[in-house]
Amino acid sequence: MTFLGINLFGLFGQLLVGLINGSFYALLSLGLAIIFGLLKIINFAQGAMYMLGAFFAWMALSYFGMNYWVALVVVPLVVGFIGILMERFLVRPIAHEDHLYSLLLTFGVALMLQGIFTHVYGSSGLAYAIPEELKGGTRLPFMYLPNYRAWIIVASLVVCGLTWWLVEKTKLGAYLRAGTENPQLMQAFGINVPLIVTLTFGFGVALAGFAGVMAAPVYSVSPEMGSNLLIVVFAIVVIGGMGSIGGAILTGLAMGVIEGLTKYLYPEASTTVIFLVMVIVLLLKPSGLFGKEA
Amino acid sequence: MKLSKLHIALLLVALVAPFVLYPVFLAKILCFALFACAFNLLLGYVGLLSFGHAAFLGTGGYITGWLMMNANLTPELAILLGTAAAGLLGALYGKLAVKREGIYFAMVTLALAQLIFFVYLQAPFTGGEDGMQGIPRGELFGLIDLSDNLTMYYFVLAVFLFGFWLINRTIHSPFGQVLKAIRENEPRAVSLGYNVNDYKWVAFMISAALAGLAGATKSLVFQLASLTDVHWHMSGEVVLMTLVGGVGTVFGPLLGAGAIVTMQNYLSGGELGNYIHIIMGAIFVICVLAFRGGLVGELQKLVKRNFG
Amino acid sequence: MNRFTKTLAAVAVAAATSTAAVANVSDDKIKIGVLADMGGVYSDLCGPGCVTALEMAAEDFGGEVLGAPIEIVSADDQLKADVGSAIVRKWVEDEQVDAVGGLVSSAVTGAATKVLTDAKKIAMISTAASNAFTTASCSPYNVHWTYNVAALANGTVKPMVDSGKKKWFFITADYAFGHALESVATEVIENNGGEVVGVVRAPLATTDFSSYVLQAQASGADVVALANAGADTVNSLKAATEFGLTEMVDVAGLLVFTPAAQAMDPDTAAGMRLTTGFYWDYDDETRAWSNRFKERHGSIPAMGHAGAYSMAMHYFRAVEAAGTDDSDAVMAKMRELKPDDFFARNAYLRADGRMVHDMYYAEIKPADQRRDNDDILNVLSVIPGDQAFAPMLPECNFAD
Repeated sequence: MTFLGINLFGLFGQLLVGLINGSFYALLSLGLAIIFGLLKIINFAQGAMYMLGAFFAWMALSYFGMNYWVALVVVPLVVGFIGILMERFLVRPIAHEDHLYSLLLTFGVALMLQGIFTHVYGSSGLAYAIPEELKGGTRLPFMYLPNYRAWIIVASLVVCGLTWWLVEKTKLGAYLRAGTENPQLMQAFGINVPLIVTLTFGFGVALAGFAGVMAAPVYSVSPEMGSNLLIVVFAIVVIGGMGSIGGAILTGLAMGVIEGLTKYLYPEASTTVIFLVMVIVLLLKPSGLFGKEA
Repeated sequence: MKLSKLHIALLLVALVAPFVLYPVFLAKILCFALFACAFNLLLGYVGLLSFGHAAFLGTGGYITGWLMMNANLTPELAILLGTAAAGLLGALYGKLAVKREGIYFAMVTLALAQLIFFVYLQAPFTGGEDGMQGIPRGELFGLIDLSDNLTMYYFVLAVFLFGFWLINRTIHSPFGQVLKAIRENEPRAVSLGYNVNDYKWVAFMISAALAGLAGATKSLVFQLASLTDVHWHMSGEVVLMTLVGGVGTVFGPLLGAGAIVTMQNYLSGGELGNYIHIIMGAIFVICVLAFRGGLVGELQKLVKRNFG
Repeated sequence: MNRFTKTLAAVAVAAATSTAAVANVSDDKIKIGVLADMGGVYSDLCGPGCVTALEMAAEDFGGEVLGAPIEIVSADDQLKADVGSAIVRKWVEDEQVDAVGGLVSSAVTGAATKVLTDAKKIAMISTAASNAFTTASCSPYNVHWTYNVAALANGTVKPMVDSGKKKWFFITADYAFGHALESVATEVIENNGGEVVGVVRAPLATTDFSSYVLQAQASGADVVALANAGADTVNSLKAATEFGLTEMVDVAGLLVFTPAAQAMDPDTAAGMRLTTGFYWDYDDETRAWSNRFKERHGSIPAMGHAGAYSMAMHYFRAVEAAGTDDSDAVMAKMRELKPDDFFARNAYLRADGRMVHDMYYAEIKPADQRRDNDDILNVLSVIPGDQAFAPMLPECNFAD
């Protein structure tokens, strides 16, 4: 089956594969968006937290015999806790300063974490097997879909959807959104804003940890895995704007698909295409697709 | 800019230094100092944090290197064209980046720099991973042979002084005053009728061109241009140099570049070599938490407190 | 400092016994620098392990040559060519370093060899992959010991084409190194009656190779060759297994180091073919040295480590035979004497600086055949050096 000289079956395969990558982008940019919403800072260590998630999954298996499914629950909690510590002891003391300082601070944390893991575990990366239950795959008409990849899409969509529901539809989410708009007023109503801030930071970071565990079986677990991905996610954040939770999810998925298409049509440009989209968006709609003009 | 006693003393030190220390090492410090000063023009005087300045450092180096190897130009012309190329890229990137502010500005510049990193990685003329090797230093104006390290050092010193002078000239010009007004209170600058984005754009271009000048000179000193200079680590390093030295101070970036380059040099030879990223990350964290003024800023505070 | 103390102790003893100035040895010392990436992505391939290997060589040689103590200094190039060339410049201009070993990334090595050639000092390249050091940028002072890109491609590709695997698909890292691997391998394929049915260029640091794997699947190839290295190889192989590619076709790694092979999930990597310059578990001799290395360093040696040791030993022998540390005289002796140890089998140093020795064609063992985590390769055959390495270019013949 071909259309305009393009093999459509091949194309469907690439689109699906793009959607899988988009799931990781969505999880990471969602984490950034949640933190940004309340604290107005960008967590440069988000990539390092993703890396931590993958490493912790590996360590949990190697040192404690903890399987993938347990790690999928426990590791994000641990990573989230590290995020909470980071917020309490590093980010909060400079919360009143220019937000650029917190960007630099988290950048420093990212460098340190990456350096420490390179020092301890070397740079070659570690192997983490796909869990037994998800080995194998399904033969679709147009491609062979490994079960684990299908699981990635399902799991990330569920997590993204739950997060969206939590923020947009629940009382907790309402506090959160109100805290974003006017923290002083919230404080006056007797709501513990600093606690909400801390928990939100922890939650945003935990999402990166979750993405890390998800990634461990399919990508090489290595200290570098987060930093390259993060710069792409930054571009995605610029494209989507920081206006809405749903926007972050949608942009992440869409960029994954666009990248997948490029890999098929012109692979040489696949690492640059998202940055090019960013340039176009900056020219046409500087505040981003879902962004509110500040 | 009036020459103070401090300026003259520093100049004397710079003139004598190569007889005490290794000239190539000193030339490296000067190249990075110029790079950091160019970066500081944006961060310190306009309040814009560029996280992608490596793109301009690398562009200056690659273009100058390519011209020296293929076009048979004298070094000053090659450097001039390399600087112009970086300035041009700065004009393009600046136009895009000034559309956003604050953290977004940092992310946009980082993403744009990553774009150019991949372009240089794949473009055939850069030599990819191997970089451009064996760039000839050539003869300055066709007369002075630069292959001697000491001669090269004095040439780099002259380039640095020119760049340093230009930055100070910019800061103290009426143009620079508007930049500072933008940094302090952008809405007010807008209401006074200044086209803020154009001012930012021009500042970005100057900063990019001078970063390119630093890269161009560096490519001659080391006779190579490589991907290291375009990598985001390099963009991070220049932020660190400026932060350590003191953001928005005249001598801060110079001091910061000296400190970081010396530290890297020291670490690379010692047992602590593989801790370099951990140490640099730690310096970032400590600076942000405790020494936001940097070396020069904290020193000024100290002087004011005790003698002011 | 503790890594150095043993060497220094040996050096001190040697110095005490021979207080008289040593004839014909500059500054009365044989000083070797080790330049490598000590903490970055290539640190497992050479890095601190190469320092260990050279210290072992110095000790095994008795701590001195011609009565002059051997001193090993090391530095981290941080994978930056400018940092590396500055260090080497300082070493040769200020610190009387006689030769520089290690040398890992092609960019740093290219810069370092230029400085060394200008200063007429010997570059002992143990880990860099590029052919260029004995071709396009050859020099009378370059010694390229362990392997190069051409040898790996030759070693892996030829036996597979000969066994009837004629159709090849490349997943190539899209930069100079990947292109070089691909073009060398393509030549071998075509010269032996095979054909290349498709190529996909994946940019460096691609994390997800699944779309390239899908394209490889659609191409109808017999073999998918991975013209990439390090994390790229691991990631592309993971995707290949996941999407069932490895069940349909053979996968050949054109540059796989043992640390990377160790990093792969055995289920994923089992059966992959590769060529290496050294395997620790090949026979008693390699095991004896490798176990000593592991005791000191903590992990089994990669080929760069063994090569660095072997090359240093040969250098010391040549200095002794030449009676001087003058680089020209030492180079002549290094070419004249035949290296022969656990690493260098049927070996000789060619006039272009290429050390020609037996290479090993191997496959990665499946999990159920492994004794432990260090038991990773099955050596299938030995490739004689002259078949593995490309012939010398006339313009690089530096024999006098």
